[in-house]
Amino acid sequence: MSWRRRSGAFLLWLALLGVLAAIAARTTFTTDMSVFLPDSPDVGHQLLVDQLKNGMASRLFLVGIEGGKSTESAAVSRQMAATLRADARFAEVNNGASVHFEADRKLLFEHRYALSPKVDAARFEVEGLRAALQETVDLLASSAGLFAKPLVTRDPSGEMMALLAGLNRAGPTLTEGVWMSQGGSTALLLALTRAGGDDLDAQEAALEAIRAAFSAALPADSASLLRLEVSGPGVFAVHSRETIKSEVSRIAAAGTVIIVVLLLLVFRSVSVLLLGLVPVITGALAGVASVSLGFGVVHGLTLGFGTTLIGEAVDYALYLLIQRGSASTVPSRFWSTIMLGLLTSGCGFVALFASDFPGLSQLGLYSLVGLITAVLITRYLLPALLPAGFRIRDLRPLGERLARLVAASARWRLLVPVLALASLAYLVTRTEPVWQHELLALSPVSKADVLLDQRLRHDLAAPDTRYLVLLQGTDIEHVLARAETLSPVLDRLEAEGKISGWDSPARYLPSVATQQRRLQSLPARDELARRLALAAHGLPLAADKLTPFLDEVEAARTQAPLTPAALAGTSLAMAVEAMLLTTDHGVFALLPLSTPATGEAEVDASAVNQALDAWKREHDRDDGGAAIFLDIKTASDSLYLGYLNEILKLTTISIAIIALLLSCLLRSPLKMLRIVAPLSASVLVVLAALILCGQHLILLHLVGLLLIVAVGSNYTLFFNRDDGPIAPHTYASLLFANLTTVAGYGMLAFSSVPVLQAIGMTVAPGTILALVFSAMLYRQTKTRP
Amino acid sequence: MRAFVSFCFACLALFVVPAHAAGWDIDQLMQRLAANGAGRVHFTETRHLVLLDQPLVISGELVYVPPNRLERHSQTPVVETMIFDGSQLILTREGKTHTLSVRDYPAAGALIGAIRATLAGERHTLERDYALSLSGARAQWKLSLLPSDPALAQIVLRIQVSGSDGRIERIDILQADGDRSELRIDAPAPDTAAK
Repeated sequence: MSWRRRSGAFLLWLALLGVLAAIAARTTFTTDMSVFLPDSPDVGHQLLVDQLKNGMASRLFLVGIEGGKSTESAAVSRQMAATLRADARFAEVNNGASVHFEADRKLLFEHRYALSPKVDAARFEVEGLRAALQETVDLLASSAGLFAKPLVTRDPSGEMMALLAGLNRAGPTLTEGVWMSQGGSTALLLALTRAGGDDLDAQEAALEAIRAAFSAALPADSASLLRLEVSGPGVFAVHSRETIKSEVSRIAAAGTVIIVVLLLLVFRSVSVLLLGLVPVITGALAGVASVSLGFGVVHGLTLGFGTTLIGEAVDYALYLLIQRGSASTVPSRFWSTIMLGLLTSGCGFVALFASDFPGLSQLGLYSLVGLITAVLITRYLLPALLPAGFRIRDLRPLGERLARLVAASARWRLLVPVLALASLAYLVTRTEPVWQHELLALSPVSKADVLLDQRLRHDLAAPDTRYLVLLQGTDIEHVLARAETLSPVLDRLEAEGKISGWDSPARYLPSVATQQRRLQSLPARDELARRLALAAHGLPLAADKLTPFLDEVEAARTQAPLTPAALAGTSLAMAVEAMLLTTDHGVFALLPLSTPATGEAEVDASAVNQALDAWKREHDRDDGGAAIFLDIKTASDSLYLGYLNEILKLTTISIAIIALLLSCLLRSPLKMLRIVAPLSASVLVVLAALILCGQHLILLHLVGLLLIVAVGSNYTLFFNRDDGPIAPHTYASLLFANLTTVAGYGMLAFSSVPVLQAIGMTVAPGTILALVFSAMLYRQTKTRP
Repeated sequence: MRAFVSFCFACLALFVVPAHAAGWDIDQLMQRLAANGAGRVHFTETRHLVLLDQPLVISGELVYVPPNRLERHSQTPVVETMIFDGSQLILTREGKTHTLSVRDYPAAGALIGAIRATLAGERHTLERDYALSLSGARAQWKLSLLPSDPALAQIVLRIQVSGSDGRIERIDILQADGDRSELRIDAPAPDTAAK
């Protein structure tokens, strides 16, 4: 090979590398786990995903201050809350202390006739007034009398008390004026960020701000024992990002080191090692560049998965280098075997690429482009780069030893069908569930983090955001009006015990129409005075003491309705803001439903749906817009199941395509059988072993099975070439190819990211089995008639 | 069972008069009150409100669990429960529960806190908000609490607690707006004491 041609090829490669590196360098990387959520066109599902990504639940930090006396933790809680409230990054900070107490009471009292759900024409008739006055007298006799007394002359019908009762929400117990865990001394605090849950940098900054506020609030003089515990989706997301970042780089580094060491052992030459890495590096860069161009962003997991590509792409170089370095001529069928192998692997990756998972789709594209590039580089560039008279260490002794081993293993060939059938029998007869049905299974959040989250949520009696009724409307007024007509339905569900409670933005901010109706139902001053005199007759509360009431009702009649803007500076503003969502599809009201008090029970979805349907038929006929009951957990799990089914379908299709492809190219059912037998045996045995080890399968295991077929078919194809007996150096190259593959995927098996771990623990043993089974069946299939 | 027995003893201790005590001052009264254990007694309260033409009469049961918990279970005219645990008031009425932080209602807190501190015999706590004076003898005494804090004096003019030895028989509260209430505590029947 001429020097000119070599340097030409080298320059070409450098140019290509430069272009790919330039694209890769401009890539944005992400670790957002929601790429494993659907890209669904359905409005309900889209809202669900939006909620998971950016909803109030995703912006909530749960904070616990523990390890000291309750007086200490309460003091730190107050100090932290003050610091965080001053921080513009937080929309709401709540530690149980009433900050907006005065503003809330002032607003409620001033607008009590517009806000109180009890206000209607009947309430201000003689009978209604009499009942209200009697209630007030009873209230004065109660322990709450002390609180009610100052307002009686201005509000004898008790609208303020009715409002306060309606708004009073159960929270954790108060100790030292702040929320404290039941019977413990953990001070509790909730912080809601302004930034969405998918803005990870903002979430990380918020987490830092919380930690800093804690450190600053610690008493300086004493060595405090107080600890800070923070949980919530933001913490999970930030931790996931850290985990993925560190794992991906760790796995990539370790995988690369193992493969480099392996190559050095085989070739004992740095220059050959570098040549072997040429297709790998080019392939990996091409993969990143293509994903970057195709998707705009590259997920960290795609890069982690890329490690496995190193293990696979290096195979082709290995085959070529061992082939060229050992024999003077390359067998005629060598490249066709490689291409066939690439074709079958490619089928697997096309299936991933075609999936609706942006995450899997990325993996598919990355692998597909990476592998094709690696093969093309190996086929057309690498030979040109090889020095004249290229020779590697003599692998013949090793190859011959392997050949003897393969021959000997044929004695155990019956083991393959026996193991396969035993696995099949086990898979068919096992009773425990095989699939993990929860979306959470994909999350890299650690068990400890989950437990901490559950504990803090329990202590905080944190808003249960699992169940929501979603109402769509054209604007805020419209959606509030819809929410109002729904409230009797929800009240009925609560009375029937189907739900333990519900909330609605209309509870804090009734629609303008409703407010106006209430204000218009107030009688004129003279008329009210006449009715009041009649109503108070015989009651201990004399009408002539209630002149302030007459004045205030008269003033309320001409009052302007309360607007969202007027709520500013009160805790009502936050409640309304949290439950109203303005999107491109209109305004949504999110009405949280809570589960029966035990916390174990689930909301009866069919009862809620029936009630919603009946409501839509009766009251909501002319109204446009969605009214959906959303169980976020069930919905996201069913979403995940939908995916699982999709992947199952895609896997089946791609395996069928691989089979079809092989049968077309091989044109012999017997050859087909020889190729399919070891692969199906490996898949069955791995599957049975995973389940036997107590693994609940996630869809990435399924992807792993597909990869066993894709990668393993390379080996079986080599064992089934019909150009004479296998040369010793082919055995050696198969062994090294498998070792690099196992090194790549094996590293993933030790990852704590479930998505990577599942693939690793499936593919690494699967490809070993595919090679071993192919070897064991080798002689036997040859001699069969 | 052991817990039940010790509870019975504690209840008895609340209402038994020791014979050997001599002399009578605030410290002794406080010691006697502090020595009382948990108890459950029947009460009748009469409230005279300026706003109302007739007094309100409320009756029910008081439960005290030292040192911090005071429960008031009204039976007439309305069934309701109030639980005070030192930092918050939990009111249960018509199936609904309301929790109020004492921090938000300091005056009400000081008023109920005074009753609790008297029951617990916490002279130090009482003297933070009130000036104390004791009259009468051990067999029939009267403790007056006059608010020393001006903000509190806007709400309450005087609290008078009277009783016999370690037992509180009556609490009179006079409020600044002219409202007053008298709370009579019945001597516990032996069976209710052991409940």
